[in-house]
Amino acid sequence: MSKYYLGVDLGSTTSKAVIINEQDEIIGRGITNTRANYAVAADIARDEALYNARFSVLEKKLEKEINARPEYKKYITDLESVFQYEQFKVKLDRLGDELVKTCNNFFKEEKKRNEILNHLRNIRRAFKPKIKHDYLYNNLGAKNQFFRDIVSEKYNEEVNKLDMQLFEPLMTVWDKSISPAENQRVQFNFKELVHKAMDELREKYKNLPETTADTSVNFDAEINLLKGNFDHVAETLRQHIDEIAELEFHISNMTGTGYGRALLPFPSDCIRSEILCHAFGAHAVFPETRTVLDIGGQDTKAIQVDKYGLVTSFQMNDRCAAGCGRYLGYIADEMSISLNELGPMAMKAEKEVNICSTCTVFAGAELRELTNLGEKREDILGGLHKAIIMRAMSLIARSGGVFNEFTFTGGVARNPAVIKYLTKLVRENYGDIIKINIHTDSIFMGALGGAMFARRNIQADLPSSKKEKETV
Amino acid sequence: MADPKEAIKEKSMVIQKDMLAKQFNDLSKAKELGKKVVYTFVPGNLTELILAFDMLPVYPEINALQSGMRKKSGDYIKDAEKIGYSEDVCTYVKCDIGMMLNGNIGPTGEKLPSPDLLLLSYTGCFTFLKWFENLERLYPGVPVAMLHTPYQEDGKITKDQVDYMVKQLKEEVIPKFEQVTGKKYDPARLSKLLENSVKAEEYWVKILEMAKNKPSPIDAYFAGVYYMGPINTAFRGTDECVEYYQELYNEVNERVKNKQLPVNPEGEMKEERFRLVVEGPPNWTNFREFWKIFYDMGAVIVASTYTKVGGLYDTGFRHNPAEPLESLAKYCMGCYTNLNLPQRVELIEKYVKEYKADGFLINSIKSCNSFSAGQLMIMRQIEQRTGVPVGFIESDLVDPRYFSYANIKNRLESYFQMLEQRKIILKQEQAIV
Repeated sequence: MSKYYLGVDLGSTTSKAVIINEQDEIIGRGITNTRANYAVAADIARDEALYNARFSVLEKKLEKEINARPEYKKYITDLESVFQYEQFKVKLDRLGDELVKTCNNFFKEEKKRNEILNHLRNIRRAFKPKIKHDYLYNNLGAKNQFFRDIVSEKYNEEVNKLDMQLFEPLMTVWDKSISPAENQRVQFNFKELVHKAMDELREKYKNLPETTADTSVNFDAEINLLKGNFDHVAETLRQHIDEIAELEFHISNMTGTGYGRALLPFPSDCIRSEILCHAFGAHAVFPETRTVLDIGGQDTKAIQVDKYGLVTSFQMNDRCAAGCGRYLGYIADEMSISLNELGPMAMKAEKEVNICSTCTVFAGAELRELTNLGEKREDILGGLHKAIIMRAMSLIARSGGVFNEFTFTGGVARNPAVIKYLTKLVRENYGDIIKINIHTDSIFMGALGGAMFARRNIQADLPSSKKEKETV
Repeated sequence: MADPKEAIKEKSMVIQKDMLAKQFNDLSKAKELGKKVVYTFVPGNLTELILAFDMLPVYPEINALQSGMRKKSGDYIKDAEKIGYSEDVCTYVKCDIGMMLNGNIGPTGEKLPSPDLLLLSYTGCFTFLKWFENLERLYPGVPVAMLHTPYQEDGKITKDQVDYMVKQLKEEVIPKFEQVTGKKYDPARLSKLLENSVKAEEYWVKILEMAKNKPSPIDAYFAGVYYMGPINTAFRGTDECVEYYQELYNEVNERVKNKQLPVNPEGEMKEERFRLVVEGPPNWTNFREFWKIFYDMGAVIVASTYTKVGGLYDTGFRHNPAEPLESLAKYCMGCYTNLNLPQRVELIEKYVKEYKADGFLINSIKSCNSFSAGQLMIMRQIEQRTGVPVGFIESDLVDPRYFSYANIKNRLESYFQMLEQRKIILKQEQAIV
């Protein structure tokens, strides 16, 4: 039986899980927003990684076929997003139940209660098909794909269309319902759900328009080809799906890391510092790495590693989290744009407006003042991104500087403007010879490092952590 | 301080507790006893000279750290800030000022007497000057004697520097002592006290060096701050001080013979997993919690620089009864905070190598510039010279607002895991070779 290893990185903003095989290859990734209940966040990330692993295995099984007909790969990615939609639907039903429950508890007066319940039904009816459409046609794109973000965006949209008087009661009901709904872990039957997804997919392909006139769907010649072949492929696909659904993923060992690591329901000798995990993950992917910069939700770490990937020293921001992921989130809120739009907008800057940014909250005030002075949003954002990197550079200097090669990890590494200014400043300060590595999986580096520690069975058994091993 | 019912203490600790109780009791009755009181600082203190004039010393830094341990410093600091001391001022100063504003009640709950003399012997810390300027305003009319200790900028003590200090002692300090006490300076009495100092210093160095044993019988930082008490403050030169260190020496010797590990407030450590050298003062407001993080992880501090602020003896210096004033001068200039940065690096390098440390850790103090300036350079140098993993954490002396347990624990946990992982992987590497 194949052995698999799990790493869970419970960050301040997102929780990540990675499953690797015995060759250190990532076969499953899962990510969710961290919530008050850490254990649920970890479970959800792990479940997602396990589902993702099944799809990876499916893709591997069909390797030959896909090599022969590369367009077939689309079936698998499509199937996975429809599968996610199926999960989403179940969670949405749970949320619906919560909303009704809250409404019943909160509004004692029957008339008012019925009015709100009626609106809730209408809201749900209005946004459900939109979300389905986004999932089926991969329109979620660059936006955050966590349940809470998707639903709350649509819910807000609908509430804003209604009378202002309804805003407060509807938002109160929402605020009281979303967390309980989100904190329920839903156990899905993979096989059942994936077959449902297949049915949904059949519908999708059947209903695809014959021409490219409809621009609301990503229609192209390839899809046209797929459309014609779906029924033909579906039968074999279903057989393979049954096989992967039966697969047992034997997790031989696991490591938990990140801020909430102590709260993970893991045996305590399987808990490890995120500094070590990020460094180990980054070093595994880029073995020549000597300096690692990780910008996460609320901290920035500058880490020096040796040829083994062992940490020799590190520095972290101590009293202030300005310049981290949460800072960008705050700025995005201030500008009423999504987090993922920040970087691309900053890339359009023609100059960098000088931002002080020693404090996240003050940066908000600075932003308004600069807008007031007529500075362009793009240029302000350019300045903000540069300021973030200036802070990171100071931390890097404290940790000893940049040594070749330099690897950048963490959620913020997906932001193109951050990469632009980081590259510029690293080269300016430490020379053009520095090779800068950024991996598409950079947000998963901590979880990957954790999984790799688990595979090597390197114990973190300090005397303080010698408790009875619990089974997870 | 820790609740005696909970904390397990070594015998020497009990002796010390009695010494301190007597000291503060004497202080509370100073006026009745007809004793003059001198306020002065720990680094480069002139305890023997003070005792030779039968005066009682009060150390504001010690009071501040005691207030920190007794969870009173937060309120004292707030009171000092209320009357205008800024957030950035040294928290020892603010705590001390706040304590005085609140009736000057000392660590034992007894009132501390007002000073008859302010002896500003400033060594390594320029804030001391401003501190006593403020005390002068709080106690108008009290004479101030100033002793300037030249910084070891060139890394050595020159004859000119010694002469300069002896001149100050003769022309400024001793005359003020005579004026306040109405007694004549008695060189023979000072020499007699210095003889005792030397005896205690001999024991003290032997005790510290016993941490070279594996496992170490003592924690040279968390317990070290207790051990250093008598010799660094009011007792150096006394018979009790010699007795205390003799007892401590016997105790530690016994521990070495029995291969016993250090004692902490929860009992004896079970296993020595990491040997560390630590630079910088500890945090006092959360001292027990801070210590616990270390002993829970099996980390023992085998050498520390902080225990040398009141005198550095393990590089060979001893007081010299034959040249009393000269040796006081050399003692003042040799205190740890009066060393230049290359000297500090060299001392720490020596500690890491001789005490076979697995790592070097800095606790950087937010409000102490004299300690914190240059620490990143020190860290880098030690890393390069010794190859041991280095760690850096930040806290404060007595301002509880700057002790972030979660941040410190997170960094220390990472640091210990780093040391652990290094041991395992290097062992594997060696096995392959």
